[in-house]
Amino acid sequence: MSALLELKQLTKIISNQADEDNKILDSVDFTLNEGEFVTVLGGNGAGKSTLFNSITGSTETTGGTVQLNGKNITNWKEEKRAGYISRVFQDPKMGTAPRMTVAENLFLAQLRGKKKTLKPRGLKKQKAGYQELCASIGNGLERHIDTPAGQLSGGQRQSLSLLMATMSRPELLLLDEHTAALDPKTSKRLMQLTDELIKEQRLTCMMITHQMEDALVYGNRLIVMKDGEITLDLNQQEKDQMTLKDLLKLFEEDKLTPTI
Amino acid sequence: MFISLIISAIADGLIWAVLGIGLYLTYRILKFPDLTTEGSFPLGSAVAVTAIVSGVSPILSMGLAVLAGMGAGLVTGLLYTKGKVPVILAGILVMTGLHSVILFIMQRPNLSLLNHDRIYYFFQGLPDYYDVVFTGMIVLALLIILLLGFFYTRLGQAFIATGDNEEMARSLGIHTDKMKILGLMISNGIIALAGSLVAQELGYADVNGGTGVIVIGLASLIIGEVLFGNLKLGQRLGAVVIGSILYQLLLLGVIQLGLDTTYIRIYSSVILAICLMIPQIRRSLNLGTLIGKGEKA
Repeated sequence: MSALLELKQLTKIISNQADEDNKILDSVDFTLNEGEFVTVLGGNGAGKSTLFNSITGSTETTGGTVQLNGKNITNWKEEKRAGYISRVFQDPKMGTAPRMTVAENLFLAQLRGKKKTLKPRGLKKQKAGYQELCASIGNGLERHIDTPAGQLSGGQRQSLSLLMATMSRPELLLLDEHTAALDPKTSKRLMQLTDELIKEQRLTCMMITHQMEDALVYGNRLIVMKDGEITLDLNQQEKDQMTLKDLLKLFEEDKLTPTI
Repeated sequence: MFISLIISAIADGLIWAVLGIGLYLTYRILKFPDLTTEGSFPLGSAVAVTAIVSGVSPILSMGLAVLAGMGAGLVTGLLYTKGKVPVILAGILVMTGLHSVILFIMQRPNLSLLNHDRIYYFFQGLPDYYDVVFTGMIVLALLIILLLGFFYTRLGQAFIATGDNEEMARSLGIHTDKMKILGLMISNGIIALAGSLVAQELGYADVNGGTGVIVIGLASLIIGEVLFGNLKLGQRLGAVVIGSILYQLLLLGVIQLGLDTTYIRIYSSVILAICLMIPQIRRSLNLGTLIGKGEKA
């Protein structure tokens, strides 16, 4: 196993109006190996989303470095990092273009990291493939291939986002509570689909979740964040031995009180 | 007499539709109103008329006008994306600055095309206004074909995605700043083309020729949308053309009612204001089916 992502002393400080420094990320050191699927737990304001934003480049860090495949990408812009890192947001509205059709959205995702030239898009030739891809989810998305994404249900829209994030096999997949905005049943189905996709493509993934159960059931590593630091890092074995009760107890003792 | 008035309104509608299509790229696709318009439109007039007067052919002069408009769009785009100036303000800054640029180009506030060639002379033999109608139709057809061709390229799709969901576009590796600059350049190039067409019809270019044109452009766009509701991209551009013609006919009607043309701008504003409010009025009165399918945000 080789290191895919290395964060060294990653720090993000925000000064508030009273000029008090607020450490959102506090010298985070973290190494993610290829093929790992890490679930990330932590209360509100623990720095989970900021950690993701620092990895994707959508927020600027105050200090430290981000390395991907041994390359220092700290100064890379979000657009450049996007060629290697893909992401699914919590809000189904954020991951898709509402006025563009499902096929058009998929086409854009297929161009991830590629040059956008004046070559005709040739969407018709791709549609059969897209239809097959959508059918693999099993929620009827394949019937809406020419429907604007904005008219899909939240679950369909979010599964489209997931397909878009995984279809051109990213080196790193970041899931930011991507099932949280859905009803329990849809949420569960999407989570299972996510797990299948990750296993099938052997993706390296980090997933923020507020569901402790999901954090234990899925993935092969678990980290807990608190006050901008990684306070717990469990490998596969340690994670397997951990029960929901243990985890809850740990949170109570630590007064981390995440919203379950 | 009345027929010729109608034909002249249609002719005006066709060449002003070019402006509406230019605005469509920013106002509808990128989703912001670009005030550079009121500078790039008279800039297009000034460049084309100055070039024609200096002996350049009308077609080439219009090409120069397009380039000048694209330059104006580039400046607005750079101010907006690199300089982080709010886009409305960036447009106002460029629009204001262009006033001086136009004076520099023409070396006077007003330049006449009297006794010079115009693009409309291709259809010289035709009765009044028909030359403008045919020229307008040809220009619009070419413009719409080119734009649709562009929209359905990879680059064009990235451009549309930028306006539709910027955050998503960036997360897919689309350089959204470049897309906005590109959009502003193409849009203002088209708007300058409209300026060059209108100036050749009027027979002169005026440094103040841009005042209020954004209202005319937006009116054709909104009228088209209010009438036709949800359409595909290509049809939307067609709807702008129809909207522009209807707007000119509406103005003609207003004038025929005997209202003083001195105050024409307020009629324009009122027409646009009403059109902009129609979706809202319809919602509060629940008139959905009476006026059409309506505008989909």
